[in-house]
Amino acid sequence: MIPVNFDYESPSTLAEALKLLASREDAKVLAGGHSLLPAMKLRLAQPALLVDIGRIAGLSYIRESNDQILVGAMTTHADIASSKLLQRSSPLLSQAATQIGDTQVRNRGTIGGSLAQAHPGADYPAAVLALDAQIIAAGPSGERVIAATAFFVGMFTTALRPDEIITEVRVPKTENESVVYKKHHHPASGYAVVGVAVRLKVSGGKIESAALGLSGVSQNAYRATAVEKALRGKPVAAIREAAAHAAENIEALGDYYASAEYRKHLATVMTRRALEQAASGAAK
Amino acid sequence: MKNVTITINGAEQQAQVEPRLLLVHYLREVAGLTGTHIGCETSLCGACTVLMDGRAVKSCTVLAVQADGHKIGTVEGLANGGQLHAIQEGFWEEHGLQCGFCTPGMLMCSHDLLAQHPSPTDSEIREAINGNLCRCTGYEHIVNAVKSAARKMTKRVSARAA
Repeated sequence: MIPVNFDYESPSTLAEALKLLASREDAKVLAGGHSLLPAMKLRLAQPALLVDIGRIAGLSYIRESNDQILVGAMTTHADIASSKLLQRSSPLLSQAATQIGDTQVRNRGTIGGSLAQAHPGADYPAAVLALDAQIIAAGPSGERVIAATAFFVGMFTTALRPDEIITEVRVPKTENESVVYKKHHHPASGYAVVGVAVRLKVSGGKIESAALGLSGVSQNAYRATAVEKALRGKPVAAIREAAAHAAENIEALGDYYASAEYRKHLATVMTRRALEQAASGAAK
Repeated sequence: MKNVTITINGAEQQAQVEPRLLLVHYLREVAGLTGTHIGCETSLCGACTVLMDGRAVKSCTVLAVQADGHKIGTVEGLANGGQLHAIQEGFWEEHGLQCGFCTPGMLMCSHDLLAQHPSPTDSEIREAINGNLCRCTGYEHIVNAVKSAARKMTKRVSARAA
């Protein structure tokens, strides 16, 4: 399977990349290529120009900055999964990365590429939502910070403008919280039929705060605010009832593998399990 | 057309390629190395797995232009002269293949695993080769082959150190 021909540029600076991206209406950014290249082979995408940002130095890193961990957009899933810093200080992102695709996909796929693609069954969206992460986008008029909660707006659709490139993802340290990513894998594609990311703070048997991101259920990942509300200030025993709100007012996707009804049910079950696991981790 | 310089199994090669040329086609048709197989060409089956700077990648989902300046390792580079690599010996001795179609990909993926985890557990091996499909063996012998290779490699490293 061979894509339609295209022009290819591999700039060495972000400024050049932004200029190239703005130069053609049908230009696309190539990061790790593990969503875009398959789409191009199927001719679902036919960009006239690929701007490969893989040769721009300094876009792949994981480092600490005060109470945040900064992750460069070109950091691979493999590096995120195995990062000691993330595992220690903000493990939710590592947990999600571990469950993406397979070895080879994790060696090439990048966090920036995955977020920009916004596949409804991708794993990072649930995690960055639960973490209240910040997504840094560079554009012709400079850099802006997009809250993860404002980033996912539809199927394969984000708040990113066509002339912007994600450069960094900032996640908070969650050392005093319990985090869990639980996923029901699609048996063939490996994408999340439902993926639940939980960030929980328990103190004295009571839930102080809860944040939940869900992937796979609907067109785009979302925060399960009804569950969060039902948990705040309640004892851990409130989890079972709270989890029932996981897909409340959500229009679920349905396909031959998982009907909308099944997906919504699965969302409540996976949410309960993720919360229970997080609560038992927090109790230790 | 774009100029690329790719180091394949230690030898630097230059070529002019269309940007849309996939690395697997480059390896087979331009470099003449047909040991890397084309299975599904949709990044699912892993038959086309090669090493890119030491890490396993599916060469049907990498453009040749993306490999410009990088080091690629293929199954042809595993054996040293007439001496099979420990991973190849493991597959031979433990019957890690039947038809052999998936084998080059399995070998290269195992190479990445063993470079990072010299003594993997069964479940680590299964997790590592999750992206490589075999329709003959049922995987049992493949897991045994990788374990056997791990033992051989550890023994050789400690023999060299002694």
